[in-house]
Amino acid sequence: MKLRMLKTQSLPKVLTPIFLVLLLTGALLAINFLASSYVQRVITILGINIVFVVSLNLLNGFTGVFSLGQVGFMAIGAYTAAILTLPLNLKVVSLPNLPSWLAGVQLSFVPALLIGAVVSTLVALVIGLSLMRLGGSYVSVATMGFLVIVHVVLINWDSLTRGARTFAGVPPYTTLWWAWGWAALTVYVVWRLVHSSYGRSMRAVRDNEIAAQMLGINIMRTRLLAFCTSAFLAGVAGALWAHYITSFSPEAFYFTETFSLIMMLVIGGMGSISGSILGTVAITLLSEALRNAERGANLGFIKIPPIYGASQILTAAAFIAVIIYHPQGLLGGREFNFRRLLISSHRRGKGKN
Amino acid sequence: MTTFGNLLQQLINAISMGSSYALMAIGLAMVFGILRLINFAHGDLIMVGSYTVLFLQLAGAPFWVAALVGIAATTLAGLIMERVAYRPIRGAPAIDMLLTSFAVGIFLENVAILIFTPISRAFPAPAVMTQVLQYGALRISSLDLITTGVTFISLVLLTLFVTHTKVGISMRAVSEDSLGARLTGINVNTVIVAAFAIGSMLAGVSGLLWSARIGKVDPLMGFYPGLKAFIAAVIGGMGSLSGAVLGAYILGFLEVLFQGLLPASLAPFRDAFVFLALIVLLLFRPNGILGRPDTEKI
Repeated sequence: MKLRMLKTQSLPKVLTPIFLVLLLTGALLAINFLASSYVQRVITILGINIVFVVSLNLLNGFTGVFSLGQVGFMAIGAYTAAILTLPLNLKVVSLPNLPSWLAGVQLSFVPALLIGAVVSTLVALVIGLSLMRLGGSYVSVATMGFLVIVHVVLINWDSLTRGARTFAGVPPYTTLWWAWGWAALTVYVVWRLVHSSYGRSMRAVRDNEIAAQMLGINIMRTRLLAFCTSAFLAGVAGALWAHYITSFSPEAFYFTETFSLIMMLVIGGMGSISGSILGTVAITLLSEALRNAERGANLGFIKIPPIYGASQILTAAAFIAVIIYHPQGLLGGREFNFRRLLISSHRRGKGKN
Repeated sequence: MTTFGNLLQQLINAISMGSSYALMAIGLAMVFGILRLINFAHGDLIMVGSYTVLFLQLAGAPFWVAALVGIAATTLAGLIMERVAYRPIRGAPAIDMLLTSFAVGIFLENVAILIFTPISRAFPAPAVMTQVLQYGALRISSLDLITTGVTFISLVLLTLFVTHTKVGISMRAVSEDSLGARLTGINVNTVIVAAFAIGSMLAGVSGLLWSARIGKVDPLMGFYPGLKAFIAAVIGGMGSLSGAVLGAYILGFLEVLFQGLLPASLAPFRDAFVFLALIVLLLFRPNGILGRPDTEKI
C-alpha cells in the first residue's frame, strides 16, 4: 500500500461530516421511537462494536501492529468501571473483600467510564514500552500472552472481580445514545489522528519500518501512541458494554470475542475507517441472524431443531473464504467517500489523483 | 518425604509435562519453519484423534486398534486442513495465515460441539496407563513413564527422519532457504505435505497421552495444550525443531517451578507468570532461544 496524499477540498469537506451527523441523528431518533426493543438492543451493541473495531483499526490496520490482546483492555475498562458504579448495597454482598478505599465508592457513569479507560491506557503504556519493540508475528504472540494474563488475573482476583463467577447488578446506564455518541466520537478522533502527521507516521511505520526510521520518525513513540489510544477506546467500549449487558464473567473477554471482533476488522478492510464500520455492521447483523436461526424454528407444519455451534461454523468458514478470495476485505484500505461519489466525473477528467 | 525424594518427584513431573508439550510443539515448529504459518488449529487435532479413539473403543475395538486408527485420523485431519485452508493462501502475509488458522480452529471446535455436544465424556484409558508405581516414598504414575518413553522414541525416529531420508533432508533445506531449495529441484509441495503429516501424527500420539492424563474428551480439549505447545515453540525459537523440544521442557520445568515456588495466594496465577516469562524472553531474544534472527533486506 502506498502513502496516499491528502486531498484538499474546499466547501464539500465541511458538508460531509454535518450531513453524516444529521443522518445518524435522524436514524437513531427513528430507531429510538419506532423500533422494537430487540432491534434497539442490536443497534446499541453495534455502536459499542464500532467503538472497539475502529480503535483496533488504528493499531492493527493503520500502524501495522497486529495486536490480538485488545480485548484484554476491553476487560480492564469493563471491570474497572463496573466496580466503580456498582451500588453500595450490592457491593457489600457481592464484593465483600474489596479493599477499604474502594468499598465505599459509588460513582456515576461518566467518571467511572473515563477512569476505566484511563486505567486501560496506563496498563497499555506500561506494557507497551516493552511490547511495542517487537515486530511482525511476535507482537501478535506477545499481545495474545497479555490477553491470557488478563484472563487469568480476572478469574483469580476474587476480591475485585468475583473470579470466574458472574459479575452481576451493574446499573444499566448505557443507552443507544451513549453507544452511538461514543461511536461518532471514536470515528472522529481516529479520522483526525489518521489524517494528521501522526497518522502519516503510523502508515509509514507500517509500510516500511526502515524507511520511516530514516525519515526521522520515532517508531517506538508512533506505535505507543496508537497502542495507548486504541487501549483507551477499547476501555471505553468495555465500560459501555458492561453497563449495557449488566452481568458478565471473564469468559466474555477471551478468544471467542477477540476472534469475532478481529473478523469485523479484517472483513471490512484494514486501514479503512469506513471499512471497519461496514465490516462491524455486516458481521454483527450476520451473527445476530445466524444466532436466531441456530435456536431452531417452529414453522407450524415443520419444526427445525436448534443447531448449536452452526453460526460459528458458518462465520469461520466465511472468514476463511474471504481471506482466500478477497484478502483486502470489503473496502481494502480505501475510504467510502460521499464526496468522491459526487465529484468522481470531474476528477476522472483530470486523470488519477 | 525427604527433600531429595520431593525434588525427584517434581523432576519427573516436569519431564513428563515437557514431553507432552514437546510432541505437540514439534508439529507447530515444523510447519512454521517451512510456511511461516502459526497454526492455531494444531491443538484441535488432539480433539479429532481423541474422539476417534473414544468411539472406536465404545464400538468394541481393542485399545491398540483404536489408538492406531485415531492417530491415522489425526494425520488425515491435518492433511485436509492443509489442502482446504492453508494451500490457497500460501505466501500470503503472516497475519492472514494466522487468522485463517484461528478460523480453522473455531470451525473444528464448533463442528465437534455440533456433533458430540459440548458435554465432556470419560476417556477409557487402558489399565497400563493409569497405574501408580510406588518406590519407597516416590510415586510415579505409569502414564508419566509412558509419555516420556514415547516422546523419546518419537524424537529419535524424527531425528533419523530429518537426517537420513530424502524428504527429511529436503524439509530442512526448505526451512533454511525456501528459494534456494526450490532452485535445487526440491518439490516444496511434497515437503509441506510431509510436514503436516508428521506434525499431525505426533499431535495424534500426544493427544492420546493427553486424554489419558485428563481422563476426558470434550470439543475444546485441544485449546489449552495447543496454546502451551505454541508457547513452547516460541520459547525455543519458532521453526527450530530442537528449539521446540527444548522450549517444551523449559515450559514443563517453569510450570512445576512456579507451582512449587509461588506462595499459596499466588499459585492460581501460575499461567499468568508463565506468559509473563514468555513476554520477557521475547524482549531479550525476539526469535526465541535457538531461533535465527530474520534478516531484513533494504
